[in-house]
This record gives sequence, C-alpha cells and structure tokens, in this order.
Amino acid sequence: MKGIWWKALGIILVLYSIIAGLLGEVPRLVILNETIRVLYYHVPMWFSMVAMMTISLVFSIRALGEKRGADLRASEFAQTGFLLATLGLLTGMVWARFTWGNFWTNDPKLNGTAVTMLIYLAYFVLRNSVEDPAKKARLAAVYNIFAFVMMIVFIGILPRMTDSLHPGNGGNPGFNQYDLNSDMRPIFYAAVLGWILIGTWISSLRIRYKSLSNEEHS
Amino acid sequence: MKNILKLLLVALLAAPVKLAAQMPAVEMADTFRQDGKIYVVISIMAIILLGIAAYLFALDRKIGKLEKKD
Repeated sequence: MKGIWWKALGIILVLYSIIAGLLGEVPRLVILNETIRVLYYHVPMWFSMVAMMTISLVFSIRALGEKRGADLRASEFAQTGFLLATLGLLTGMVWARFTWGNFWTNDPKLNGTAVTMLIYLAYFVLRNSVEDPAKKARLAAVYNIFAFVMMIVFIGILPRMTDSLHPGNGGNPGFNQYDLNSDMRPIFYAAVLGWILIGTWISSLRIRYKSLSNEEHS
Repeated sequence: MKNILKLLLVALLAAPVKLAAQMPAVEMADTFRQDGKIYVVISIMAIILLGIAAYLFALDRKIGKLEKKD
C-alpha cells in the first residue's frame, strides 16, 4: 500500500476510539463498572494480532512459491503480531486482576494464548537459526503455517469448547450484554481497524528497514 | 379519546424504562465525569498517541530518504 492516507486513517480511528470510548455511553454492569471500556483497548490488540498473523500466513504461503522477499515479510508481520499479543496479554492481566480477582486464571483462553505465543517464539528462533536464505525461507514458511493453525486451535476453537471466563465462550451472562451493544460496537470496530492499520504500518517500516540493511550486507 | 389512548400507550411503553431507572444504580465514575476530569485523561491519551504517530511518521520519512539514495 502506497501513500500516507491509510497511516493517518489508522491514527485517526484509534484517536476516535480513545475520545468516544471514554466519553460514550456504556452499559452499567456490576463488577465491570467503568472498566467495561477496556474492551475498546484490550480486545483490538487480539483482533489486530490475528490480522497480523493472517497476513504473515499469506506471505509464508507465497514464500513457498519462492517469491522474493515474502519470507522477510511473513516474519516481520508475525513480529508485530507478537508485539500486539504481548500488549493484549499485559492489559488483559490488569483487567483480570480487578474483575476476576487474579492476574492469571486457568481460563482456557489465557493458557491457549500463552501456548500460541510460545509457538510463535519458536518460529522466530527457528527462522534465525538457519543461515542459507532459501532453506530458511522454506523452513520458516512451513513452520509458520503450522503455527497459524495452532493459533486458531488454541485461541479460536478450544476456548469455545469448554467453559471460559471470556465472553462468548462459556456461560457468563454478566458479559453477554455488551457483546451486542449498539453504542459500543462502532467504537470497537473503529479501534480494531485502526490498530490493524497501525500494525501494518509498523510492519512495513520494519520490512523496509530490514531490506535496506540486507542490501548493504550483500 | 384517541389522544388519551395514545397517552396510555406511551405510558405503558415507558413503564419498564422507569422501572429500570429505579433499580439500584451500578456505581460508575459519574462525579468524575461531571467535574470534567475525564477530558484530562482523554487529552493525555491523545497526546501520547499523537506523539507516537509523529515519531512513526518521522521514521517513515527517514527510511524513505535512505531508499531513495539506493
């Protein structure tokens, strides 16, 4: 993507989520109280993380077709996804402490996320441990496809099959009310789109920087 | 007669809303909002976001200049 407009749009959307997210009407719920607004800032981290990993997967599939530069792109998008996941995990831990009572609960989604992040860490280690660029690209691409499938299983499927404290998974009527709240939905989706754009921007900066330093080496 | 019926209908429809308003209120930061302090929080978060945005734009331009050199 060329141009500046989509980068500015990403910032504007996130800015909107800050202003409207703090000023707008939210359901008055016990335990959650004002912290329901964390939904606008914590959940987009995960949505944009999954988006980054999906883009990474697409580049990994292209890398298998021996497309030049695809392997680097896959790796950098996964790195940004990992950053977003780290932020999502940290913000989620603070939120959990004050609503569920503990920084870490044995919620299937929390443990699934932890496993997913370890799987992606292994991807970075694997990719950095191979010297030969062609071999590196192929090996990393195959592993990244595996990592993506594991991510879907661990954060998309397994938490839905058991009881979870997270809304939309197990039975937790206290949270279900905001799932479909029409006041919150536009702000939430604006935040998701904004963070996906910012994540893409950060990844593109890293890709351009890495390509420049690679050219200098060769 | 028609008007009275209409009024009755409105009153009936509004009744559950009134009932909901009478329920024990969940504690929210209402005083904090009335004081206008929420704007302080928004300003600070906006400054941080815009600061990071400016930094990213500057970085973007620097990388662009390097790319042009090659």
